[in-house]
Amino acid sequence: MYISVSDRNGGQGGTEQARTAVPFRFAPTIVWLGIVSLFTDVSSESVAAVLPLYLTGYLGLSVIAFGVLDGINQGAGSLVRIAAGWYSDRAGRPKYVALAGYGLSATARLALLFAGGFWSLTGTITADRIGKGIRTAPRDALITVNAQPEHLARHFGVHRMLDTVGAALGPLLAAAILLLIPSGYSTVFVVSLAFAVIGVAALALFVPDLPALKLRTASGSRKAGPAPIIRWRTLHRSGLGRLLITAGLFGLLTVGDGFIYLALQDRNAFELQWFPMLYVGTNAVFLALAIPLGRLADRWGRTKVFVAGHLALLACYLLAALPFTGAGAVAGCLVLLGIFYAATDGVLTALASQLVSPERLATGIGAAQTVVAVNRMVASAGFGVLWFAVGPTAALILVGCLLALAVLASPLLLGRAKAAKVHA
Amino acid sequence: MILRARPTGDKGRWAVLLLVAAMALAGAGFFAFQAVQRFQESQAAASESDVSAGGSPLPAEPFVLFRNTASGQAYGQAATVSLSDPAGARAVSGVDCDRTYGTRSAVICLRTQRGLVTRFEASLYDRNWQQQRSWALRGIPSRARIDSTGNSVATTVFVTGHSYAGAGFSTETSITPLGAGSESGSLEEFALLVNGEKVMANDRNIWGVTFVPGQPDAFYATAASSGRIWLVKGSVSERTLTAVHDGAECPSISPDGTRVAYKKNAAGPLDPHWNIAVLDLASGRETVLRETASVDDQVEWLDNATLLYGLPRSDEAGDSDIWQIGVDPAANPVLFIEHAWSPSVVR
Repeated sequence: MYISVSDRNGGQGGTEQARTAVPFRFAPTIVWLGIVSLFTDVSSESVAAVLPLYLTGYLGLSVIAFGVLDGINQGAGSLVRIAAGWYSDRAGRPKYVALAGYGLSATARLALLFAGGFWSLTGTITADRIGKGIRTAPRDALITVNAQPEHLARHFGVHRMLDTVGAALGPLLAAAILLLIPSGYSTVFVVSLAFAVIGVAALALFVPDLPALKLRTASGSRKAGPAPIIRWRTLHRSGLGRLLITAGLFGLLTVGDGFIYLALQDRNAFELQWFPMLYVGTNAVFLALAIPLGRLADRWGRTKVFVAGHLALLACYLLAALPFTGAGAVAGCLVLLGIFYAATDGVLTALASQLVSPERLATGIGAAQTVVAVNRMVASAGFGVLWFAVGPTAALILVGCLLALAVLASPLLLGRAKAAKVHA
Repeated sequence: MILRARPTGDKGRWAVLLLVAAMALAGAGFFAFQAVQRFQESQAAASESDVSAGGSPLPAEPFVLFRNTASGQAYGQAATVSLSDPAGARAVSGVDCDRTYGTRSAVICLRTQRGLVTRFEASLYDRNWQQQRSWALRGIPSRARIDSTGNSVATTVFVTGHSYAGAGFSTETSITPLGAGSESGSLEEFALLVNGEKVMANDRNIWGVTFVPGQPDAFYATAASSGRIWLVKGSVSERTLTAVHDGAECPSISPDGTRVAYKKNAAGPLDPHWNIAVLDLASGRETVLRETASVDDQVEWLDNATLLYGLPRSDEAGDSDIWQIGVDPAANPVLFIEHAWSPSVVR
């Protein structure tokens, strides 16, 4: 059932009818990867939900210093993605690189039970972030290789849907435990560890590594070859460079949900205590739409859906900036943000993976995700300054105008990427 | 279905996965079960400290209000002891507080509300423990003060990043006037002045307000930006914070208004060690006290020559003691109230 790596672009040459004629089938490996992500996200998000309270109790006022350090770690975690993707391509063993990442995060969960001081807590949480950085690109490479090329974005949708179910369940599980035991942080950590272990076991047992690459290594064609690196010329020719520039530009104009909720809250659109529920609402829309929008991307065009997702984000900025108050504006923003994530998260990875050659698959995916993640961090920092300087409404409208320009410019920026796709 | 092509049997894989899952979940479930039992037992157990019945009004004679951290019943509740006998029986209030502060006629209580989502709130009580008003807080309770006239409440909370917005902790400090028709103001919106220059940086953090006795408009607090920390003097009416001293955190002004006690970091910014220091406002002379433990608390003045502060107990998570120390640099710390946190002295 495995579509070999070299066949991956096979569908591209066919006519439109030939493409849609292939019926969608769930790929067991992708479903298993989704289940692995579900368990891992229950594990990581249950801890993430209680971590601020736990750390504040332990660290007191030094949590501010912790937050600064953690921001740096998150940047480092994004850069690890490219490195892990590159290593995964070089070794040809994405499963085992991903397993190392999931394993490191599970070990960090165990260490959290024994960590007490500032440095041990920082080290533990850094290890978790690095683990997340390591696993993402090789895992998405495995999804690409196991997906039907005609339904690539939909397969990513399946994975992201399962992943988001875990992200939604984790905080609820943690809340349930703390309702029973108000200071039961160690119980949350132990339950989280159990879910992490199940995720790692499911990956180790049910997700096969790449048979195609193994075959090729055996045939000697790339045994002694130089490590595949993405060079500018390759980027230029394949169109990945154009995708990275476009996605990077969009990333710079993505200000983060937190700011949008704050802007709504600033206008008294909802009561303060509902703040955490907004994340739950956005997640719910994301998981409901991940598969339908992936399917739409496969039919209508992945680039179009990716760009349209940013139109949803733009609409959300305007809704948050304009003087509508009340539940309608809040619900509208949640739905638009959910659409934005469902239309861009898996779809970007699908776009990146179809623009790189098989030996550079994980590197290309890692590069696209890193560019977006790093630029979003820059955007958050910059938007914080802008918010303080001109106020939330003006700041959102300004970023919204820039995003509108970016959306208008995106066909020009992506022109070659689309062409490359057709000729591939 | 398609998995059948595997060299080793799927049955074996399923058996291993189910075994791992069963063991992991059974282990976690057993741990959780024991934790619930321990919690329920400690809830039902008699208090570790000598506790008198709850619900009585605030005492008429001078007293100390604090958070009771003695395990057993009434853990986490606001409680009082007589100022003349701080080691004596504590009267518990039946009101849960993470941080509390009191005057003769009012008590402010900051607390964490567990639920589907965790919420934080501030509640104001009269001297009969009847709730007067309550409002939502943006984050995890840290510090609380009421001014001596009972006109304003100051709260400091930790605001945390959410999973999508990225991490990062900051403080939010608000002064909430208790009169009708007025709304609270975040001190981040006040102008921060250092050497006459207005600090515009976006990473400004304000925490730990102390109200100047007898001056309803004036207060001291801590301000930080770009790695620097200042003791600032604030004015509510002018909406300004003016830096008056370096490196002072969580100030607390003496009852006579002549000195400010605070914590001062003697180590690096990442892993701080806080000493207690006292600043004489007239002379500008700073005295560092002889407490060797790191003190992460907003100290309280027992009288014009003695400070109170909380230290967590190393043997029991969630438990702490209140200590006292004289402002003389040769004075040694003495245990003041066992199993207690967040003291305020009410005369």
